[in-house]
Amino acid sequence: MVPLSYYIVLSSVLFMLGVIGVLVRRNIVIILLSIEMMLNAANINFVAFSHYLHNIAGQVFVFFVLAVAASEVVIGLAIIIALYKNHHTINVDEINLMKW
Amino acid sequence: MTLVLFAYFAAVILITGILVVTLSNPVHAVLSLLVMFFHVAGIYVLLNAEFIAIVQILVYAGAILVLYLFVVMLLNLSGKEKSHNRQFLFGSFVGVTMFIELMIFLSRSPLSGTAGSDTVDKIRSTGNTQAIGESLFTTYLWPFEIASLILLVAMIGAIVLSKNGILRESWGEKK
Repeated sequence: MVPLSYYIVLSSVLFMLGVIGVLVRRNIVIILLSIEMMLNAANINFVAFSHYLHNIAGQVFVFFVLAVAASEVVIGLAIIIALYKNHHTINVDEINLMKW
Repeated sequence: MTLVLFAYFAAVILITGILVVTLSNPVHAVLSLLVMFFHVAGIYVLLNAEFIAIVQILVYAGAILVLYLFVVMLLNLSGKEKSHNRQFLFGSFVGVTMFIELMIFLSRSPLSGTAGSDTVDKIRSTGNTQAIGESLFTTYLWPFEIASLILLVAMIGAIVLSKNGILRESWGEKK
Protein backbone atom coordinates (compact mmCIF):
# COMPACT_ATOMS: atom_id res chain seq x y z
CA MET A 1 0.00 0.00 0.00
CA VAL A 2 1.57 3.26 -1.11
CA PRO A 3 0.91 6.18 1.25
CA LEU A 4 -1.14 9.09 -0.08
CA SER A 5 1.73 11.50 0.55
CA TYR A 6 3.89 9.76 -2.08
CA TYR A 7 1.32 10.55 -4.76
CA ILE A 8 1.11 14.15 -3.58
CA VAL A 9 4.89 14.55 -3.70
CA LEU A 10 4.95 13.02 -7.20
CA SER A 11 2.27 15.37 -8.46
CA SER A 12 3.95 18.36 -6.80
CA VAL A 13 7.24 17.60 -8.55
CA LEU A 14 5.39 17.19 -11.84
CA PHE A 15 3.59 20.50 -11.29
CA MET A 16 6.92 22.18 -10.50
CA LEU A 17 8.40 20.84 -13.75
CA GLY A 18 5.40 22.26 -15.61
CA VAL A 19 5.83 25.68 -14.01
CA ILE A 20 9.53 25.71 -14.87
CA GLY A 21 8.73 24.66 -18.43
CA VAL A 22 6.25 27.52 -18.87
CA LEU A 23 8.76 30.01 -17.46
CA VAL A 24 11.94 29.00 -19.27
CA ARG A 25 11.03 27.67 -22.72
CA ARG A 26 10.85 29.88 -25.81
CA ASN A 27 8.76 27.61 -28.02
CA ILE A 28 4.99 28.04 -27.57
CA VAL A 29 4.30 24.36 -28.35
CA ILE A 30 6.56 23.29 -25.49
CA ILE A 31 4.83 25.80 -23.20
CA LEU A 32 1.49 24.16 -24.00
CA LEU A 33 3.08 20.76 -23.30
CA SER A 34 4.16 22.05 -19.89
CA ILE A 35 0.58 23.14 -19.20
CA GLU A 36 -0.50 19.59 -20.04
CA MET A 37 2.03 18.36 -17.49
CA MET A 38 0.49 20.62 -14.83
CA LEU A 39 -3.00 19.33 -15.68
CA ASN A 40 -1.70 15.78 -15.34
CA ALA A 41 -0.27 16.58 -11.92
CA ALA A 42 -3.70 17.83 -10.86
CA ASN A 43 -5.28 14.66 -12.27
CA ILE A 44 -2.93 12.41 -10.27
CA ASN A 45 -3.97 14.28 -7.14
CA PHE A 46 -7.68 13.92 -8.01
CA VAL A 47 -7.42 10.17 -8.54
CA ALA A 48 -5.22 9.61 -5.49
CA PHE A 49 -7.62 11.46 -3.19
CA SER A 50 -10.57 9.70 -4.83
CA HIS A 51 -8.96 6.37 -3.99
CA TYR A 52 -7.97 7.19 -0.43
CA LEU A 53 -11.14 9.06 0.59
CA HIS A 54 -13.46 6.50 -1.06
CA ASN A 55 -15.23 9.05 -3.21
CA ILE A 56 -15.75 8.57 -6.95
CA ALA A 57 -16.18 12.33 -7.56
CA GLY A 58 -12.41 12.75 -7.99
CA GLN A 59 -12.40 10.45 -10.99
CA VAL A 60 -15.37 12.30 -12.48
CA PHE A 61 -13.45 15.54 -12.21
CA VAL A 62 -10.50 14.02 -14.07
CA PHE A 63 -12.99 13.63 -16.90
CA PHE A 64 -13.77 17.37 -16.84
CA VAL A 65 -10.08 18.26 -16.71
CA LEU A 66 -9.61 16.08 -19.79
CA ALA A 67 -12.38 17.96 -21.61
CA VAL A 68 -10.80 21.30 -20.72
CA ALA A 69 -7.35 20.05 -21.79
CA ALA A 70 -8.72 18.87 -25.13
CA SER A 71 -10.44 22.19 -25.88
CA GLU A 72 -7.38 24.11 -24.68
CA VAL A 73 -5.07 22.23 -26.99
CA VAL A 74 -7.39 22.68 -29.98
CA ILE A 75 -7.70 26.45 -29.51
CA GLY A 76 -4.03 26.85 -28.58
CA LEU A 77 -2.73 25.01 -31.62
CA ALA A 78 -5.13 26.90 -33.91
CA ILE A 79 -3.80 30.18 -32.50
CA ILE A 80 -0.21 28.96 -32.96
CA ILE A 81 -0.85 28.07 -36.60
CA ALA A 82 -2.54 31.42 -37.27
CA LEU A 83 0.41 33.15 -35.57
CA TYR A 84 2.94 31.20 -37.63
CA LYS A 85 1.08 32.08 -40.84
CA ASN A 86 1.24 35.80 -40.07
CA HIS A 87 4.57 36.20 -38.27
CA HIS A 88 6.63 33.13 -39.24
CA THR A 89 7.72 32.60 -35.67
CA ILE A 90 6.41 30.82 -32.61
CA ASN A 91 9.11 32.14 -30.35
CA VAL A 92 7.60 33.87 -27.33
CA ASP A 93 10.50 36.32 -27.10
CA GLU A 94 9.68 37.72 -30.54
CA ILE A 95 5.92 37.96 -30.11
CA ASN A 96 5.17 41.39 -28.70
CA LEU A 97 1.88 42.26 -30.40
CA MET A 98 0.07 42.95 -27.14
CA LYS A 99 2.98 44.68 -25.44
CA TRP A 100 1.95 47.99 -23.89
CA MET B 1 4.99 -5.00 -5.04
CA THR B 2 2.72 -1.97 -5.40
CA LEU B 3 5.48 0.20 -4.00
CA VAL B 4 7.96 -1.12 -6.58
CA LEU B 5 5.52 -0.42 -9.41
CA PHE B 6 4.81 3.04 -8.02
CA ALA B 7 8.55 3.76 -7.79
CA TYR B 8 9.04 2.68 -11.41
CA PHE B 9 6.13 4.79 -12.71
CA ALA B 10 7.14 7.80 -10.62
CA ALA B 11 10.78 7.57 -11.76
CA VAL B 12 9.83 7.38 -15.44
CA ILE B 13 7.30 10.22 -15.05
CA LEU B 14 9.88 12.49 -13.43
CA ILE B 15 12.66 11.64 -15.92
CA THR B 16 10.43 12.23 -18.95
CA GLY B 17 9.07 15.40 -17.32
CA ILE B 18 12.61 16.72 -16.98
CA LEU B 19 13.29 15.72 -20.59
CA VAL B 20 10.22 17.68 -21.81
CA VAL B 21 11.58 20.82 -20.17
CA THR B 22 15.21 20.36 -21.25
CA LEU B 23 15.20 18.77 -24.72
CA SER B 24 15.70 21.34 -27.44
CA ASN B 25 14.09 19.41 -30.30
CA PRO B 26 10.27 19.80 -30.01
CA VAL B 27 9.61 16.38 -31.57
CA HIS B 28 11.71 14.67 -28.90
CA ALA B 29 9.91 16.65 -26.18
CA VAL B 30 6.50 15.57 -27.53
CA LEU B 31 7.60 11.92 -27.69
CA SER B 32 8.91 11.95 -24.12
CA LEU B 33 5.59 13.48 -23.03
CA LEU B 34 3.90 10.52 -24.75
CA VAL B 35 5.94 8.12 -22.58
CA MET B 36 4.96 10.17 -19.54
CA PHE B 37 1.23 9.90 -20.34
CA PHE B 38 1.47 6.10 -20.56
CA HIS B 39 3.13 5.92 -17.17
CA VAL B 40 0.56 8.30 -15.64
CA ALA B 41 -2.03 5.80 -16.90
CA GLY B 42 -0.10 3.13 -15.00
CA ILE B 43 -0.36 5.24 -11.85
CA TYR B 44 -4.14 5.39 -12.38
CA VAL B 45 -4.30 1.60 -12.64
CA LEU B 46 -2.42 1.35 -9.34
CA LEU B 47 -5.14 3.56 -7.83
CA ASN B 48 -7.96 1.30 -9.11
CA ALA B 49 -9.11 3.83 -11.71
CA GLU B 50 -9.08 1.67 -14.82
CA PHE B 51 -11.56 3.75 -16.80
CA ILE B 52 -9.54 6.92 -16.26
CA ALA B 53 -6.37 5.06 -17.28
CA ILE B 54 -7.94 3.97 -20.57
CA VAL B 55 -9.31 7.46 -21.21
CA GLN B 56 -5.84 8.86 -20.47
CA ILE B 57 -4.30 6.62 -23.13
CA LEU B 58 -7.09 7.16 -25.68
CA VAL B 59 -7.53 10.93 -25.31
CA TYR B 60 -4.14 12.18 -24.14
CA ALA B 61 -1.75 9.75 -25.81
CA GLY B 62 -4.00 9.01 -28.78
CA ALA B 63 -5.61 12.32 -29.69
CA ILE B 64 -3.92 15.28 -28.01
CA LEU B 65 -0.33 14.11 -28.53
CA VAL B 66 -1.00 13.30 -32.18
CA LEU B 67 -2.34 16.84 -32.60
CA TYR B 68 0.82 18.26 -31.01
CA LEU B 69 3.07 16.10 -33.16
CA PHE B 70 1.10 17.11 -36.25
CA VAL B 71 1.54 20.82 -35.49
CA VAL B 72 5.25 20.42 -34.70
CA MET B 73 5.78 18.60 -37.98
CA LEU B 74 3.64 21.15 -39.88
CA LEU B 75 5.62 24.12 -38.58
CA ASN B 76 8.87 22.25 -39.38
CA LEU B 77 10.79 23.72 -36.47
CA SER B 78 14.45 23.03 -36.18
CA GLY B 79 15.91 22.48 -32.74
CA LYS B 80 19.02 24.41 -33.71
CA GLU B 81 18.22 27.81 -32.26
CA LYS B 82 18.35 28.42 -28.53
CA SER B 83 15.45 26.67 -26.84
CA HIS B 84 15.56 28.36 -23.45
CA ASN B 85 15.25 32.06 -22.82
CA ARG B 86 17.41 34.24 -20.64
CA GLN B 87 15.48 33.80 -17.41
CA PHE B 88 16.41 30.11 -17.24
CA LEU B 89 17.99 30.34 -13.79
CA PHE B 90 15.33 32.69 -12.47
CA GLY B 91 12.52 30.47 -13.75
CA SER B 92 14.01 27.37 -12.17
CA PHE B 93 14.46 29.29 -8.93
CA VAL B 94 10.79 30.33 -8.91
CA GLY B 95 9.68 26.77 -9.65
CA VAL B 96 11.83 25.21 -6.93
CA THR B 97 10.71 27.85 -4.42
CA MET B 98 7.08 27.06 -5.22
CA PHE B 99 7.79 23.36 -4.72
CA ILE B 100 9.46 23.93 -1.34
CA GLU B 101 6.53 26.07 -0.20
CA LEU B 102 4.11 23.33 -1.28
CA MET B 103 6.11 20.73 0.64
CA ILE B 104 6.14 22.89 3.79
CA PHE B 105 2.36 23.39 3.58
CA LEU B 106 1.77 19.69 2.95
CA SER B 107 4.01 18.51 5.78
CA ARG B 108 1.98 20.64 8.18
CA SER B 109 -1.45 19.58 6.94
CA PRO B 110 -3.02 16.36 8.27
CA LEU B 111 -4.19 15.29 4.77
CA SER B 112 -7.49 14.11 6.17
CA GLY B 113 -11.05 14.39 4.98
CA THR B 114 -14.42 12.82 5.44
CA ALA B 115 -14.37 9.42 3.77
CA GLY B 116 -17.16 8.78 1.29
CA SER B 117 -19.15 5.63 0.67
CA ASP B 118 -17.43 4.49 -2.54
CA THR B 119 -15.01 1.99 -1.08
CA VAL B 120 -12.71 -0.07 -3.28
CA ASP B 121 -14.80 -3.22 -2.82
CA LYS B 122 -18.04 -1.43 -3.66
CA ILE B 123 -16.60 0.08 -6.84
CA ARG B 124 -15.11 -3.28 -7.78
CA SER B 125 -18.46 -5.02 -7.38
CA THR B 126 -20.30 -2.61 -9.71
CA GLY B 127 -17.38 -1.91 -12.04
CA ASN B 128 -15.28 1.22 -12.26
CA THR B 129 -16.82 2.48 -15.51
CA GLN B 130 -20.37 2.00 -14.27
CA ALA B 131 -19.62 3.74 -10.98
CA ILE B 132 -18.17 6.77 -12.80
CA GLY B 133 -21.08 6.78 -15.26
CA GLU B 134 -23.67 6.71 -12.52
CA SER B 135 -22.00 9.60 -10.73
CA LEU B 136 -21.49 11.52 -13.98
CA PHE B 137 -25.07 11.23 -15.20
CA THR B 138 -26.80 11.86 -11.88
CA THR B 139 -24.83 14.13 -9.56
CA TYR B 140 -22.67 15.79 -12.21
CA LEU B 141 -25.09 15.93 -15.15
CA TRP B 142 -25.06 19.75 -15.37
CA PRO B 143 -21.23 20.03 -15.42
CA PHE B 144 -21.22 17.24 -18.00
CA GLU B 145 -23.50 19.28 -20.28
CA ILE B 146 -21.30 22.34 -19.76
CA ALA B 147 -18.25 20.25 -20.74
CA SER B 148 -19.95 19.29 -23.99
CA LEU B 149 -20.69 22.97 -24.66
CA ILE B 150 -17.02 23.83 -24.00
CA LEU B 151 -15.93 21.22 -26.54
CA LEU B 152 -18.41 22.60 -29.11
CA VAL B 153 -17.13 26.15 -28.59
CA ALA B 154 -13.53 24.93 -28.91
CA MET B 155 -14.37 23.17 -32.19
CA ILE B 156 -16.06 26.23 -33.70
CA GLY B 157 -13.25 28.47 -32.45
CA ALA B 158 -10.59 26.27 -34.03
CA ILE B 159 -12.42 26.30 -37.36
CA VAL B 160 -12.82 30.10 -37.32
CA LEU B 161 -9.18 30.62 -36.33
CA SER B 162 -7.62 28.27 -38.84
CA LYS B 163 -9.81 29.13 -41.83
CA ASN B 164 -8.18 32.39 -42.73
CA GLY B 165 -10.62 35.20 -43.43
CA ILE B 166 -13.79 33.12 -43.05
CA LEU B 167 -15.52 36.01 -41.30
CA ARG B 168 -13.98 38.78 -43.37
CA GLU B 169 -15.08 37.35 -46.73
CA SER B 170 -18.69 36.73 -45.78
CA TRP B 171 -18.97 40.17 -44.21
CA GLY B 172 -17.24 41.83 -47.13
CA GLU B 173 -19.75 40.47 -49.62
CA LYS B 174 -22.69 41.93 -47.75
CA LYS B 175 -21.30 45.46 -47.83
